[in-house]
Amino acid sequence: MTQIVQMQGMNKYFGTLHVLKEIDLSVEAGEVVVIIGASGSGKSTLIRCVNGLEEFESGKLVVDGNELAPKSGNPKALAEIRKEVGMVFQQFNLFPHLTVKKNIMLAPMKVKDTPQTIANATAERLLSRVDIASQADKYPSHLSGGQQQRVAIARALAMEPRLMLFDEPTSALDPEMIGEVLDVIRELAKEGMTMMVVTHEMGFAREVADRVIYIHEGQIVEEGKPADVFDNPQNERTQAFLSRVLSH
Amino acid sequence: MEFQFQFDWQAAINSIPFLLKGIPYTLLISFGGLAIGFLLGIFFGLLSINKKWFFRWPATAYIEIFRGTPILVQVLFIFYGLPDLIGGPIDPLTAGIAAIALNSGAYISEVVRGGVQSIDKGQNEAGLSLGLSRSQTFWSIIWPQAFRRMIPPLGNQAIVSIKDTSLFSVIGVGELVRQGQVYIANTFTAFEVYFVVALMYLAITLSLSLVLRLVERRGLASV
Repeated sequence: MTQIVQMQGMNKYFGTLHVLKEIDLSVEAGEVVVIIGASGSGKSTLIRCVNGLEEFESGKLVVDGNELAPKSGNPKALAEIRKEVGMVFQQFNLFPHLTVKKNIMLAPMKVKDTPQTIANATAERLLSRVDIASQADKYPSHLSGGQQQRVAIARALAMEPRLMLFDEPTSALDPEMIGEVLDVIRELAKEGMTMMVVTHEMGFAREVADRVIYIHEGQIVEEGKPADVFDNPQNERTQAFLSRVLSH
Repeated sequence: MEFQFQFDWQAAINSIPFLLKGIPYTLLISFGGLAIGFLLGIFFGLLSINKKWFFRWPATAYIEIFRGTPILVQVLFIFYGLPDLIGGPIDPLTAGIAAIALNSGAYISEVVRGGVQSIDKGQNEAGLSLGLSRSQTFWSIIWPQAFRRMIPPLGNQAIVSIKDTSLFSVIGVGELVRQGQVYIANTFTAFEVYFVVALMYLAITLSLSLVLRLVERRGLASV
């Protein structure tokens, strides 16, 4: 199996706060890794390190063969990584001044010099795939939250990423729209996309994950198959966390 | 003797052709200066939010100096002071344009800074995460959004600068106020002439407001 992500002894600080502690983690091609943990545990920071939105202070991080040095020390590798890694944010972060279709066409045209006609065709194909082809020429603000997040997924997919990062993709959505976004992510998982997903949706995590990782105060304290982590957690912190989030 | 003042309509109307000759100068100084000021504003505004202090400090110094001193002093300094330094005279038109450029540039720097900083940092992160470089992210994602938010304060600055050109009568540019002064010196109809002068400024600024409102409405419609 090919390793897409490899982290070894990674440490990250916000000032004096030690937010990621000696993280060792690898993700295989085609694997879906779901990261769970309480707010402030460092789970978002962890996946934001993968595409360099956060710097780390020490340790090793290799993404698809590109080694990122601590303190963003390797800009070439970072540029390569960002071309190959797609990210979906909690707040969608669509570009409000561009139509839905232009949102999707922008990166392929700017980064890969994809001709407009091809970028256009790709955008239309991806919009049908996430089931919002009819909204192509609207501006993001005219779409519902669920639709916006599906556009954001299509936008990331347009770069044909080797890895997708999802940072709490449903946390900003109204409850009735969570399902439509999870369906799209589920579909991607089935097609074999390598993914790292930070989520609070435990049912979804159990269903879609090949591996679940529980982070507590910046440390991976438990990791394993979803059935093992959810039904038979070994660490008492994981037990406490799961009893809190699964009890309702 | 009983004092009775009567507005002399004929004097007001008669002054119009002479006053109109000042308008091209007023517009040239205003818009010439603002065009350069806009470029200065982008340049220094972006420098002022740079992470590196050696970019930020000169920009901050420029902004504070030209916001913190009166534009009248600035133009007097350029017109009467600078020739001592460069060893030759500066023509009043150039001095006027330079004063508007430098002065509005300082205010526009602040408008640019505020506009850029008002854009959510998630926009930057989205651009970078898609593989766009920092400058691609800035110019194709951040700037277009920031510029839209900058339109109202830029319009405001344009109106302020247009009115500021009236001070340049002191260096003898034949702009609107200067034309008025020259005309009054011959006719002694100060009330009527300054009234017409005021109306002419109002005509310019109101037209600009109207255009800006249309631009703003078009810009906002798509967001």
